[in-house]
Amino acid sequence: MSRRPVHVKINGVEREGYVEPRKTLVDFIREDLELTGTHVGCEHGVCGACTVLLDGEAVRSCLMFAVQAEGCEIRTIEGMAGPDGQLHPLQEAFRDNHSFQCGFCTPGFMMTAAALLEEGPLSEEDLRHELSGNLCRCTGYQSIVAGVMDAFGRSTPAAGQAADAATEAAR
Amino acid sequence: MKPSAFEYHLAVSTDEAVGLLAEHDGDAKVIAGGQSLVPLLALRLARVDHLVDINKVPDLQGITANGGLRIGAMTRHREAERSALVRRHAPLLADALTYIGHAAIRNRGTLGGSLAHADPAAELPATLLALDGQVEVRNSRGTRTVAAADLFTGFLTTSLEPDELLTAISLPAWRAGSGWSVQEFARRSGDFAISGAMTVLSTGADGRIDDARIALIGVAPTAVRASAAEQALIGGAPSEELWASVAEAAVADIEPPSDLHGSSAYRKKLTSTLVRRSLAESASRIGAAA
Ligand SMILES: Cc1cc2nc3c(=O)[nH]c(=O)nc-3n(C[C@H](O)[C@H](O)[C@H](O)COP(=O)(O)OP(=O)(O)OC[C@H]3O[C@@H](n4cnc5c(N)ncnc54)[C@H](O)[C@@H]3O)c2cc1C
Ligand code: FES
Ligand code: FES
Repeated sequence: MSRRPVHVKINGVEREGYVEPRKTLVDFIREDLELTGTHVGCEHGVCGACTVLLDGEAVRSCLMFAVQAEGCEIRTIEGMAGPDGQLHPLQEAFRDNHSFQCGFCTPGFMMTAAALLEEGPLSEEDLRHELSGNLCRCTGYQSIVAGVMDAFGRSTPAAGQAADAATEAAR
Repeated sequence: MKPSAFEYHLAVSTDEAVGLLAEHDGDAKVIAGGQSLVPLLALRLARVDHLVDINKVPDLQGITANGGLRIGAMTRHREAERSALVRRHAPLLADALTYIGHAAIRNRGTLGGSLAHADPAAELPATLLALDGQVEVRNSRGTRTVAAADLFTGFLTTSLEPDELLTAISLPAWRAGSGWSVQEFARRSGDFAISGAMTVLSTGADGRIDDARIALIGVAPTAVRASAAEQALIGGAPSEELWASVAEAAVADIEPPSDLHGSSAYRKKLTSTLVRRSLAESASRIGAAA
Protein backbone atom coordinates (compact mmCIF):
# COMPACT_ATOMS: atom_id res chain seq x y z
CA MET A 1 0.00 0.00 0.00
CA SER A 2 1.39 3.35 -1.00
CA ARG A 3 3.29 5.42 1.51
CA ARG A 4 2.30 8.97 2.28
CA PRO A 5 4.19 12.00 3.51
CA VAL A 6 3.40 13.26 7.03
CA HIS A 7 4.40 16.64 8.40
CA VAL A 8 4.14 17.42 12.09
CA LYS A 9 5.52 20.00 14.46
CA ILE A 10 6.79 17.99 17.39
CA ASN A 11 8.08 19.72 20.52
CA GLY A 12 8.40 22.89 18.44
CA VAL A 13 10.40 21.26 15.64
CA GLU A 14 9.04 20.71 12.11
CA ARG A 15 9.56 17.08 11.11
CA GLU A 16 8.43 14.96 8.22
CA GLY A 17 8.21 11.30 7.47
CA TYR A 18 6.97 8.94 4.83
CA VAL A 19 4.74 6.20 6.16
CA GLU A 20 2.35 3.39 5.38
CA PRO A 21 -1.19 4.49 6.33
CA ARG A 22 -1.44 1.66 8.84
CA LYS A 23 1.43 3.00 10.92
CA THR A 24 0.12 4.31 14.22
CA LEU A 25 1.17 7.71 15.47
CA VAL A 26 3.09 6.18 18.38
CA ASP A 27 5.14 3.97 16.05
CA PHE A 28 5.80 6.98 13.81
CA ILE A 29 7.00 9.02 16.79
CA ARG A 30 9.22 6.21 18.07
CA GLU A 31 10.52 4.63 14.87
CA ASP A 32 10.54 7.38 12.26
CA LEU A 33 11.11 10.44 14.43
CA GLU A 34 13.29 8.43 16.85
CA LEU A 35 11.67 10.00 19.89
CA THR A 36 11.49 6.91 22.07
CA GLY A 37 10.42 8.72 25.23
CA THR A 38 6.79 8.00 24.35
CA HIS A 39 6.16 4.39 25.35
CA VAL A 40 3.86 1.84 23.84
CA GLY A 41 2.20 -0.78 25.99
CA CYS A 42 -1.11 -2.33 25.04
CA GLU A 43 -1.47 -0.89 21.51
CA HIS A 44 -5.24 -0.75 21.93
CA GLY A 45 -6.05 2.23 24.07
CA VAL A 46 -6.32 0.82 27.57
CA CYS A 47 -2.98 1.51 29.29
CA GLY A 48 -2.28 5.17 28.55
CA ALA A 49 1.49 4.69 28.15
CA CYS A 50 1.41 6.29 24.68
CA THR A 51 -0.43 9.47 25.71
CA VAL A 52 0.83 12.60 23.93
CA LEU A 53 -0.58 16.10 23.47
CA LEU A 54 -2.08 16.56 20.02
CA ASP A 55 -2.86 20.22 19.36
CA GLY A 56 -2.82 20.68 23.13
CA GLU A 57 -5.11 17.79 24.07
CA ALA A 58 -4.15 14.47 25.60
CA VAL A 59 -4.73 11.60 23.17
CA ARG A 60 -3.70 7.97 22.85
CA SER A 61 -1.09 7.92 20.09
CA CYS A 62 -1.69 4.18 19.53
CA LEU A 63 -5.30 4.94 18.52
CA MET A 64 -4.45 7.24 15.63
CA PHE A 65 -2.69 6.65 12.37
CA ALA A 66 0.32 8.84 11.70
CA VAL A 67 -1.26 10.08 8.45
CA GLN A 68 -4.10 11.53 10.52
CA ALA A 69 -1.66 13.79 12.37
CA GLU A 70 -0.71 15.63 9.17
CA GLY A 71 -0.26 19.33 10.03
CA CYS A 72 -0.72 18.80 13.77
CA GLU A 73 1.34 20.03 16.70
CA ILE A 74 2.48 17.28 19.02
CA ARG A 75 4.10 17.47 22.42
CA THR A 76 5.84 14.49 23.96
CA ILE A 77 7.84 13.85 27.10
CA GLU A 78 10.97 15.08 25.29
CA GLY A 79 9.35 18.51 25.03
CA MET A 80 8.72 18.93 28.75
CA ALA A 81 12.09 20.19 29.97
CA GLY A 82 13.32 23.58 28.74
CA PRO A 83 15.98 23.83 26.01
CA ASP A 84 18.57 24.43 28.76
CA GLY A 85 17.60 21.17 30.45
CA GLN A 86 15.58 22.94 33.16
CA LEU A 87 13.01 20.38 34.30
CA HIS A 88 9.32 21.11 33.94
CA PRO A 89 7.61 21.57 37.33
CA LEU A 90 5.80 18.27 36.74
CA GLN A 91 9.11 16.50 36.26
CA GLU A 92 10.47 18.09 39.42
CA ALA A 93 7.36 17.15 41.34
CA PHE A 94 7.52 13.56 40.03
CA ARG A 95 11.18 13.35 41.07
CA ASP A 96 10.50 14.80 44.50
CA ASN A 97 7.53 12.52 45.17
CA HIS A 98 9.06 9.28 43.83
CA SER A 99 6.23 9.18 41.29
CA PHE A 100 7.92 6.45 39.26
CA GLN A 101 9.85 3.26 39.76
CA CYS A 102 10.58 1.50 36.45
CA GLY A 103 9.36 4.57 34.56
CA PHE A 104 7.49 2.72 31.85
CA CYS A 105 4.19 4.46 32.55
CA THR A 106 5.75 7.83 33.37
CA PRO A 107 5.66 9.57 29.97
CA GLY A 108 1.95 8.72 29.65
CA PHE A 109 1.14 9.94 33.16
CA MET A 110 3.24 13.04 32.61
CA MET A 111 1.46 14.04 29.39
CA THR A 112 -1.96 13.26 30.88
CA ALA A 113 -1.04 15.44 33.86
CA ALA A 114 0.39 18.17 31.60
CA ALA A 115 -3.05 18.54 29.98
CA LEU A 116 -4.68 18.67 33.43
CA LEU A 117 -2.22 21.33 34.58
CA GLU A 118 -3.30 23.57 31.69
CA GLU A 119 -6.85 23.51 33.05
CA GLY A 120 -5.94 24.33 36.64
CA PRO A 121 -5.89 22.52 39.97
CA LEU A 122 -8.23 19.63 40.80
CA SER A 123 -9.27 18.02 44.04
CA GLU A 124 -7.43 14.80 44.82
CA GLU A 125 -10.62 12.82 44.21
CA ASP A 126 -11.12 14.38 40.76
CA LEU A 127 -7.45 13.86 39.98
CA ARG A 128 -7.72 10.14 40.77
CA HIS A 129 -10.65 9.96 38.38
CA GLU A 130 -8.68 11.76 35.66
CA LEU A 131 -5.62 9.53 36.09
CA SER A 132 -7.65 6.32 36.11
CA GLY A 133 -7.04 5.84 32.38
CA ASN A 134 -3.31 5.31 32.89
CA LEU A 135 -1.93 2.07 34.28
CA CYS A 136 1.15 1.69 36.49
CA ARG A 137 2.40 -1.73 37.55
CA CYS A 138 4.91 -0.46 40.12
CA THR A 139 3.99 2.47 42.30
CA GLY A 140 0.50 1.70 43.56
CA TYR A 141 -0.48 5.16 42.23
CA GLN A 142 -0.29 6.98 45.57
CA SER A 143 3.05 8.62 44.74
CA ILE A 144 1.84 9.58 41.26
CA VAL A 145 -1.23 11.29 42.69
CA ALA A 146 1.02 13.04 45.22
CA GLY A 147 3.38 14.17 42.45
CA VAL A 148 0.64 15.69 40.33
CA MET A 149 -1.02 17.34 43.35
CA ASP A 150 2.39 18.81 44.18
CA ALA A 151 2.84 20.05 40.61
CA PHE A 152 -0.48 21.92 40.78
CA GLY A 153 1.19 24.06 43.42
CA ARG A 154 4.30 24.85 41.37
CA SER A 155 4.54 27.39 38.56
CA THR A 156 5.07 26.38 34.94
CA PRO A 157 8.39 27.12 33.17
CA ALA A 158 6.56 29.47 30.81
CA ALA A 159 5.23 31.43 33.79
CA GLY A 160 8.66 31.23 35.41
CA GLN A 161 10.39 32.55 32.32
CA ALA A 162 7.86 35.38 32.02
CA ALA A 163 8.50 36.27 35.66
CA ASP A 164 12.26 36.18 35.04
CA ALA A 165 11.85 38.43 32.03
CA ALA A 166 9.74 40.86 34.09
CA THR A 167 12.42 40.95 36.82
CA GLU A 168 15.04 41.46 34.12
CA ALA A 169 13.04 44.34 32.59
CA ALA A 170 12.51 45.96 36.00
CA ARG A 171 16.27 46.13 36.66
CA MET B 1 -0.42 -6.05 17.32
CA LYS B 2 -0.38 -3.93 14.18
CA PRO B 3 -3.32 -3.37 11.82
CA SER B 4 -3.23 -5.06 8.44
CA ALA B 5 -2.51 -2.84 5.43
CA PHE B 6 -5.24 -0.63 3.96
CA GLU B 7 -5.68 2.21 1.50
CA TYR B 8 -6.30 5.53 3.26
CA HIS B 9 -8.69 8.15 1.89
CA LEU B 10 -9.06 11.56 3.50
CA ALA B 11 -12.51 12.87 2.66
CA VAL B 12 -12.98 16.63 2.82
CA SER B 13 -16.74 16.73 2.23
CA THR B 14 -19.76 14.57 2.94
CA ASP B 15 -20.21 14.08 -0.81
CA GLU B 16 -16.68 12.80 -1.13
CA ALA B 17 -17.08 10.49 1.86
CA VAL B 18 -20.29 8.88 0.59
CA GLY B 19 -18.75 8.72 -2.90
CA LEU B 20 -15.81 6.74 -1.55
CA LEU B 21 -18.12 4.44 0.42
CA ALA B 22 -20.14 3.79 -2.76
CA GLU B 23 -17.04 3.22 -4.88
CA HIS B 24 -15.62 0.65 -2.47
CA ASP B 25 -18.98 -0.73 -1.41
CA GLY B 26 -18.50 -3.32 1.30
CA ASP B 27 -14.70 -2.98 1.35
CA ALA B 28 -14.51 0.45 2.97
CA LYS B 29 -15.00 1.59 6.54
CA VAL B 30 -15.35 5.05 7.97
CA ILE B 31 -12.89 6.19 10.61
CA ALA B 32 -14.15 8.91 12.94
CA GLY B 33 -12.43 9.14 16.36
CA GLY B 34 -10.87 5.71 15.89
CA GLN B 35 -11.33 4.90 19.58
CA SER B 36 -13.24 1.71 18.83
CA LEU B 37 -12.12 0.97 15.29
CA VAL B 38 -8.35 1.24 15.82
CA PRO B 39 -8.35 -1.24 18.73
CA LEU B 40 -10.35 -3.67 16.57
CA LEU B 41 -7.86 -3.25 13.72
CA ALA B 42 -4.86 -3.49 16.05
CA LEU B 43 -6.18 -6.70 17.60
CA ARG B 44 -7.00 -7.91 14.07
CA LEU B 45 -10.57 -8.53 15.11
CA ALA B 46 -11.37 -6.43 12.04
CA ARG B 47 -9.53 -5.64 8.84
CA VAL B 48 -10.36 -3.14 6.12
CA ASP B 49 -9.21 -2.60 2.55
CA HIS B 50 -10.17 1.07 2.44
CA LEU B 51 -10.39 3.51 5.30
CA VAL B 52 -12.40 6.69 4.72
CA ASP B 53 -11.31 9.38 7.18
CA ILE B 54 -14.11 11.87 7.97
CA ASN B 55 -12.15 13.89 10.56
CA LYS B 56 -11.70 16.82 8.18
CA VAL B 57 -15.28 17.04 6.88
CA PRO B 58 -16.56 20.46 8.06
CA ASP B 59 -20.30 19.79 7.63
CA LEU B 60 -20.16 16.83 10.03
CA GLN B 61 -19.05 19.07 12.90
CA GLY B 62 -20.94 21.22 15.33
CA ILE B 63 -23.90 21.51 17.65
CA THR B 64 -26.98 23.60 16.88
CA ALA B 65 -30.19 24.20 18.82
CA ASN B 66 -33.36 24.08 16.72
CA GLY B 67 -35.99 23.59 19.41
CA GLY B 68 -34.21 20.33 20.05
CA LEU B 69 -30.58 19.71 19.24
CA ARG B 70 -28.77 18.73 16.09
CA ILE B 71 -25.26 17.39 16.58
CA GLY B 72 -22.89 16.65 13.71
CA ALA B 73 -21.65 13.05 13.66
CA MET B 74 -17.95 14.08 13.91
CA THR B 75 -18.57 16.12 17.08
CA ARG B 76 -16.18 14.80 19.69
CA HIS B 77 -17.44 13.59 23.07
CA ARG B 78 -15.33 16.24 24.78
CA GLU B 79 -16.81 19.11 22.78
CA ALA B 80 -20.36 17.95 23.47
CA GLU B 81 -19.58 17.39 27.14
CA ARG B 82 -18.40 21.00 27.44
CA SER B 83 -21.23 22.47 25.36
CA ALA B 84 -23.65 24.81 27.11
CA LEU B 85 -26.25 23.94 24.45
CA VAL B 86 -26.04 20.24 25.31
CA ARG B 87 -26.25 20.98 29.04
CA ARG B 88 -29.37 23.12 28.50
CA HIS B 89 -31.17 21.10 25.83
CA ALA B 90 -30.12 17.55 26.71
CA PRO B 91 -28.85 17.31 30.29
CA LEU B 92 -29.11 13.51 30.18
CA LEU B 93 -26.65 13.48 27.28
CA ALA B 94 -24.34 15.93 29.04
CA ASP B 95 -24.17 13.62 32.05
CA ALA B 96 -23.89 10.43 29.99
CA LEU B 97 -20.88 11.77 28.07
CA THR B 98 -18.83 12.15 31.24
CA TYR B 99 -19.04 8.39 31.82
CA ILE B 100 -17.34 7.56 28.51
CA GLY B 101 -13.83 6.26 29.08
CA HIS B 102 -11.20 8.81 30.01
CA ALA B 103 -10.55 12.36 28.82
CA ALA B 104 -7.96 11.12 26.31
CA ILE B 105 -10.62 8.85 24.76
CA ARG B 106 -13.25 11.61 24.76
CA ASN B 107 -10.84 14.05 23.12
CA ARG B 108 -10.96 11.86 19.98
CA GLY B 109 -14.14 9.78 20.17
CA THR B 110 -17.21 11.08 18.35
CA LEU B 111 -20.95 10.90 18.91
CA GLY B 112 -21.56 9.44 15.46
CA GLY B 113 -18.84 6.83 15.95
CA SER B 114 -20.23 5.71 19.26
CA LEU B 115 -23.74 5.28 17.82
CA ALA B 116 -22.50 3.53 14.67
CA HIS B 117 -20.37 1.20 16.80
CA ALA B 118 -23.47 0.28 18.87
CA ASP B 119 -21.74 -1.26 21.86
CA PRO B 120 -24.48 -2.44 24.25
CA ALA B 121 -22.39 -1.24 27.21
CA ALA B 122 -21.81 2.21 25.71
CA GLU B 123 -23.60 5.27 27.02
CA LEU B 124 -24.74 6.99 23.85
CA PRO B 125 -26.96 4.31 22.27
CA ALA B 126 -28.93 4.17 25.55
CA THR B 127 -29.10 7.96 25.67
CA LEU B 128 -30.43 8.18 22.11
CA LEU B 129 -33.06 5.55 22.97
CA ALA B 130 -34.06 7.26 26.21
CA LEU B 131 -34.47 10.62 24.48
CA ASP B 132 -36.31 9.18 21.44
CA GLY B 133 -33.66 10.72 19.21
CA GLN B 134 -32.91 9.90 15.62
CA VAL B 135 -29.95 9.91 13.30
CA GLU B 136 -29.54 11.35 9.84
CA VAL B 137 -27.97 8.96 7.39
CA ARG B 138 -26.67 9.51 3.89
CA ASN B 139 -25.34 7.49 0.98
CA SER B 140 -24.64 8.46 -2.61
CA ARG B 141 -28.31 7.97 -3.50
CA GLY B 142 -29.94 10.06 -0.82
CA THR B 143 -30.64 10.72 2.82
CA ARG B 144 -32.94 9.18 5.40
CA THR B 145 -33.57 9.46 9.10
CA VAL B 146 -33.56 6.46 11.40
CA ALA B 147 -35.30 6.52 14.78
CA ALA B 148 -33.29 5.28 17.74
CA ALA B 149 -35.70 2.36 18.14
CA ASP B 150 -34.85 1.17 14.60
CA LEU B 151 -31.10 1.82 14.72
CA PHE B 152 -29.67 -0.82 17.04
CA THR B 153 -30.34 -4.26 15.65
CA GLY B 154 -27.88 -6.47 17.52
CA PHE B 155 -24.52 -6.72 19.23
CA LEU B 156 -22.28 -4.04 17.59
CA THR B 157 -24.79 -3.94 14.74
CA THR B 158 -26.98 -1.16 13.38
CA SER B 159 -29.45 -0.89 10.53
CA LEU B 160 -26.97 1.28 8.56
CA GLU B 161 -25.92 -0.14 5.18
CA PRO B 162 -22.18 -0.48 4.51
CA ASP B 163 -22.29 2.50 2.12
CA GLU B 164 -24.18 4.74 4.53
CA LEU B 165 -22.66 7.55 6.53
CA LEU B 166 -24.22 8.69 9.78
CA THR B 167 -24.17 12.47 9.36
CA ALA B 168 -25.98 13.89 12.41
CA ILE B 169 -27.90 13.11 15.56
CA SER B 170 -31.10 14.92 16.37
CA LEU B 171 -32.79 15.08 19.72
CA PRO B 172 -36.31 16.37 20.33
CA ALA B 173 -36.87 19.42 22.52
CA TRP B 174 -36.16 18.80 26.20
CA ARG B 175 -39.34 19.04 28.23
CA ALA B 176 -38.75 21.82 30.73
CA GLY B 177 -38.74 20.65 34.33
CA SER B 178 -38.02 16.98 33.57
CA GLY B 179 -35.66 15.18 35.93
CA TRP B 180 -32.88 12.96 34.60
CA SER B 181 -30.22 10.65 35.94
CA VAL B 182 -27.42 8.36 34.76
CA GLN B 183 -26.34 5.59 37.13
CA GLU B 184 -23.59 3.12 36.32
CA PHE B 185 -21.35 0.69 38.07
CA ALA B 186 -17.80 -0.05 36.88
CA ARG B 187 -14.86 -1.49 38.78
CA ARG B 188 -12.66 1.45 37.85
CA SER B 189 -13.79 4.94 36.91
CA GLY B 190 -13.79 5.32 33.13
CA ASP B 191 -14.22 1.64 32.34
CA PHE B 192 -17.20 0.34 30.43
CA ALA B 193 -19.97 -0.17 32.97
CA ILE B 194 -20.84 -3.67 34.17
CA SER B 195 -24.35 -2.32 33.79
CA GLY B 196 -26.13 0.99 33.94
CA ALA B 197 -29.48 2.73 33.90
CA MET B 198 -30.63 6.10 32.63
CA THR B 199 -33.97 7.60 33.42
CA VAL B 200 -36.00 10.71 32.65
CA LEU B 201 -39.15 11.59 34.61
CA SER B 202 -41.74 14.31 34.07
CA THR B 203 -44.77 15.17 36.14
CA GLY B 204 -48.03 16.93 35.25
CA ALA B 205 -49.71 19.77 37.15
CA ASP B 206 -51.14 17.21 39.62
CA GLY B 207 -47.63 16.06 40.56
CA ARG B 208 -48.19 12.62 39.04
CA ILE B 209 -45.75 11.12 36.57
CA ASP B 210 -46.91 11.61 32.99
CA ASP B 211 -43.77 10.65 31.10
CA ALA B 212 -41.06 8.16 32.02
CA ARG B 213 -38.04 6.81 30.21
CA ILE B 214 -35.84 3.98 31.42
CA ALA B 215 -32.90 2.82 29.28
CA LEU B 216 -30.57 0.01 30.34
CA ILE B 217 -26.99 -0.58 29.28
CA GLY B 218 -24.87 -3.71 29.37
CA VAL B 219 -27.75 -6.14 29.90
CA ALA B 220 -28.67 -7.26 26.37
CA PRO B 221 -27.12 -7.41 22.87
CA THR B 222 -28.20 -3.78 22.41
CA ALA B 223 -29.12 -0.95 24.75
CA VAL B 224 -32.81 -1.39 25.64
CA ARG B 225 -35.79 0.57 26.93
CA ALA B 226 -37.69 -1.01 29.82
CA SER B 227 -41.09 -0.17 28.34
CA ALA B 228 -43.30 -2.14 30.72
CA ALA B 229 -41.60 -0.55 33.73
CA GLU B 230 -42.04 2.88 32.14
CA GLN B 231 -45.77 2.22 31.77
CA ALA B 232 -45.95 1.19 35.41
CA LEU B 233 -44.74 4.66 36.41
CA ILE B 234 -47.37 6.62 34.49
CA GLY B 235 -49.97 8.13 36.81
CA GLY B 236 -47.94 7.28 39.88
CA ALA B 237 -46.92 9.71 42.58
CA PRO B 238 -43.16 9.79 43.21
CA SER B 239 -42.22 7.58 46.17
CA GLU B 240 -39.47 5.23 47.28
CA GLU B 241 -41.93 2.30 47.13
CA LEU B 242 -42.78 3.11 43.53
CA TRP B 243 -39.10 3.25 42.53
CA ALA B 244 -38.43 -0.07 44.22
CA SER B 245 -41.30 -1.91 42.56
CA VAL B 246 -40.60 -0.40 39.15
CA ALA B 247 -36.90 -1.23 39.49
CA GLU B 248 -37.87 -4.88 39.94
CA ALA B 249 -40.18 -4.73 36.94
CA ALA B 250 -37.46 -3.12 34.82
CA VAL B 251 -35.25 -6.21 35.03
CA ALA B 252 -38.02 -8.83 34.99
CA ASP B 253 -37.69 -9.56 31.27
CA ILE B 254 -33.95 -9.19 30.76
CA GLU B 255 -31.40 -12.01 30.57
CA PRO B 256 -28.08 -10.19 31.05
CA PRO B 257 -24.86 -11.85 29.88
CA SER B 258 -22.49 -13.57 32.31
CA ASP B 259 -18.78 -12.86 32.04
CA LEU B 260 -15.76 -12.51 34.28
CA HIS B 261 -17.08 -9.17 35.55
CA GLY B 262 -20.27 -10.66 36.88
CA SER B 263 -22.89 -13.37 36.50
CA SER B 264 -26.22 -12.81 34.84
CA ALA B 265 -28.01 -12.89 38.21
CA TYR B 266 -25.57 -10.35 39.65
CA ARG B 267 -26.09 -8.02 36.70
CA LYS B 268 -29.84 -8.30 37.08
CA LYS B 269 -29.69 -7.37 40.75
CA LEU B 270 -27.19 -4.61 40.09
CA THR B 271 -29.28 -3.16 37.27
CA SER B 272 -32.39 -3.16 39.41
CA THR B 273 -30.54 -1.23 42.13
CA LEU B 274 -29.24 1.26 39.55
CA VAL B 275 -32.75 1.78 38.15
CA ARG B 276 -34.07 2.47 41.64
CA ARG B 277 -31.31 4.99 42.36
CA SER B 278 -31.71 6.59 38.97
CA LEU B 279 -35.46 7.05 39.39
CA ALA B 280 -34.93 8.59 42.83
CA GLU B 281 -32.32 10.97 41.45
CA SER B 282 -34.46 11.89 38.44
CA ALA B 283 -37.41 12.61 40.73
CA SER B 284 -35.24 14.82 42.92
CA ARG B 285 -34.34 16.89 39.86
CA ILE B 286 -37.89 17.42 38.60
CA GLY B 287 -38.41 21.15 38.27
CA ALA B 288 -34.72 21.89 38.77
CA ALA B 289 -32.95 23.80 36.01
CA ALA B 290 -30.72 21.67 33.77
C1 LIG C 1 -9.89 2.67 26.80
C2 LIG C 1 -11.23 2.96 26.20
C3 LIG C 1 -12.34 3.09 27.04
C4 LIG C 1 -13.58 3.36 26.50
N1 LIG C 1 -14.63 3.47 27.35
C5 LIG C 1 -15.85 3.71 26.86
C6 LIG C 1 -16.97 3.83 27.73
O1 LIG C 1 -16.85 3.73 28.95
N2 LIG C 1 -18.18 4.07 27.15
C7 LIG C 1 -18.34 4.21 25.79
O2 LIG C 1 -19.45 4.44 25.35
N3 LIG C 1 -17.31 4.10 24.96
C8 LIG C 1 -16.07 3.87 25.45
N4 LIG C 1 -15.03 3.75 24.57
C9 LIG C 1 -15.28 3.86 23.11
C10 LIG C 1 -15.38 5.31 22.66
O3 LIG C 1 -16.55 5.89 23.13
C11 LIG C 1 -15.39 5.45 21.14
O4 LIG C 1 -15.05 6.77 20.90
C12 LIG C 1 -16.69 5.21 20.44
O5 LIG C 1 -17.23 3.96 20.77
C13 LIG C 1 -16.49 5.20 18.94
O6 LIG C 1 -16.43 6.48 18.45
P1 LIG C 1 -15.28 6.88 17.43
O7 LIG C 1 -15.60 8.22 16.92
O8 LIG C 1 -13.97 6.71 18.09
O9 LIG C 1 -15.52 5.82 16.26
P2 LIG C 1 -14.52 4.95 15.39
O10 LIG C 1 -13.68 4.10 16.27
O11 LIG C 1 -13.83 5.81 14.41
O12 LIG C 1 -15.57 4.06 14.62
C14 LIG C 1 -16.33 3.06 15.29
C15 LIG C 1 -17.22 2.35 14.26
O13 LIG C 1 -18.23 3.23 13.78
C16 LIG C 1 -18.11 3.44 12.37
N5 LIG C 1 -18.38 4.87 12.17
C17 LIG C 1 -17.78 5.91 12.82
N6 LIG C 1 -18.34 7.07 12.45
C18 LIG C 1 -19.29 6.77 11.53
C19 LIG C 1 -20.21 7.56 10.77
N7 LIG C 1 -20.27 8.89 10.91
N8 LIG C 1 -21.05 6.92 9.92
C20 LIG C 1 -21.00 5.56 9.80
N9 LIG C 1 -20.16 4.77 10.49
C21 LIG C 1 -19.32 5.37 11.34
C22 LIG C 1 -16.72 3.01 12.01
O14 LIG C 1 -16.64 2.58 10.68
C23 LIG C 1 -16.48 1.89 13.01
O15 LIG C 1 -17.07 0.72 12.56
C24 LIG C 1 -13.74 3.49 25.08
C25 LIG C 1 -12.65 3.37 24.24
C26 LIG C 1 -11.39 3.09 24.77
C27 LIG C 1 -10.23 2.94 23.85
S1 FES D 1 -0.18 1.79 24.15
FE1 FES D 1 -1.65 3.29 23.74
S2 FES D 1 -3.00 3.10 25.40
FE2 FES D 1 -1.66 1.41 25.71
S1 FES E 1 6.66 3.06 37.36
FE1 FES E 1 6.72 1.09 36.50
S2 FES E 1 4.82 1.00 35.46
FE2 FES E 1 4.67 2.82 36.54
